[in-house]
Amino acid sequence: MPIAHEFEYAKPETIEEAVGILNKHGTDAQVLAGGTDVVPGLRDGLVSPKLVVDIKGIAGLSGIKREENALRVGALATFTDLIESELVQKHVPLLREMAMTVASVGVRNRATITGNICSAVPSCDSGPVLLVLGASIHATGPNGERTMPVAEWFTGPKTTALGSAEIVTSVSLPIPQEEHGAAYVKLGRYRGEDLAQASVAVLALPDSEYRIAFGAVAPTPLRANRIEELLRGKVFGDALIDDAKKLVPDETSPIADIRASREYREHMLPIMFERGLRAAVARLAGDGPAYGAQLI
Amino acid sequence: MKRSITLNVNGEGRSIDVEPNETLLEVLRERLGIKSPKIGCERGDCGSCTVLLDGRSMRSCLILAVEADGHDIVTIEGLSKDGPTELQQAFIDNNSFQCGFCAPGIVLAATELLARNPSPTEDEVKEAISGNLCRCTGYDPIVKAVLDVGSGRARRQRSGPPPREESTG
Ligand code: FES
Ligand code: FES
Repeated sequence: MPIAHEFEYAKPETIEEAVGILNKHGTDAQVLAGGTDVVPGLRDGLVSPKLVVDIKGIAGLSGIKREENALRVGALATFTDLIESELVQKHVPLLREMAMTVASVGVRNRATITGNICSAVPSCDSGPVLLVLGASIHATGPNGERTMPVAEWFTGPKTTALGSAEIVTSVSLPIPQEEHGAAYVKLGRYRGEDLAQASVAVLALPDSEYRIAFGAVAPTPLRANRIEELLRGKVFGDALIDDAKKLVPDETSPIADIRASREYREHMLPIMFERGLRAAVARLAGDGPAYGAQLI
Repeated sequence: MKRSITLNVNGEGRSIDVEPNETLLEVLRERLGIKSPKIGCERGDCGSCTVLLDGRSMRSCLILAVEADGHDIVTIEGLSKDGPTELQQAFIDNNSFQCGFCAPGIVLAATELLARNPSPTEDEVKEAISGNLCRCTGYDPIVKAVLDVGSGRARRQRSGPPPREESTG
């Protein structure tokens, strides 16, 4: 079936030009990068812009660069770019572990991590990982550039803090200290092309510091502050894990949908959390499973 | 408004006027007569519309034709200009497909895999084609053919058994 909705297409060459177009057309304009969400959205009538603004012609939005204590991921960097990046592999292997679970090769070759957080579906794989890494999102709009912490980014299902004439230009990921362990555990109906039924990201730092975030179990990806608090500074072991698992239901509010029942999600979440926590702690100690290994 | 674009399809420049809402899949099939990419789910789930865009497998149902302006596109028609590739021959030898609807996508996905990773493991093959749904085969003969190429078995089999020594007695 052809796309029934008709629209115009613009391909600006500078960010200023793109922002100018968005400012002029407001909500009639739709930004297009990888298109793996936008094109089905056009087909299904989820978005019906008068103008599609393709940002792939703008120089300086691609690539992954090392900055002092962070990786700067350009808005056009695809999940395949993340997987193949030596910088990512070396400094933030968690990001690679997450990227490898996104859809399939043919989608990862096109889809961008920035698009993933702009679509902001509750199950987006990038959300929990960016939350535990403490990422920042850089956007340019009519009033210039601004930077938002990812904690303030997700405002609801499919909504973000981005203004209608703003464009995300890059995402900064603070590089965790050399010594760290992390894990991303994604539950799907099968391996391969699927959205997360539930997901959890764990970052374990020396001195029993942890950061934990869940995806697909609430209207937005979320940090599990109470669990982090409980774990902080404690001796790691079975008793502590059991106590932390008891907090999982307090931190999450899964629903039933086409991909899983609420009961199944509730049952699996503490198990996924335990697997992720154990893997992250073992990786911190240097004897964990390789990044990318199947944890569930 | 129609826009004039040029696609480099299978090594040949093709200029054409397209509407912004035409997908690359539609333009290849309906406008340029290139029928190997198949119309399946049209929402990115099945992989039957796969093409190589600048050497990477992508879903042509998720790409607007205008976005592909100036890019290189390879489909099965271009891949096998001079007869089947070694990989395609391995698929034939293994009877890998039944109805064949998934074949163009799987051939291209596996071609990309082998170009980047010439000797993949079984898990790597499965991962590479995990976005290509096959309704018929159960995947085993498909995976086996890719592994045959990766391990060099396909080449050895095609060159046949070593010639028998003539008896001199
Ligand atoms: S038709 Fe494109 S992925 Fe199914
Ligand atoms: S052979 Fe029929 S879909 Fe794969």
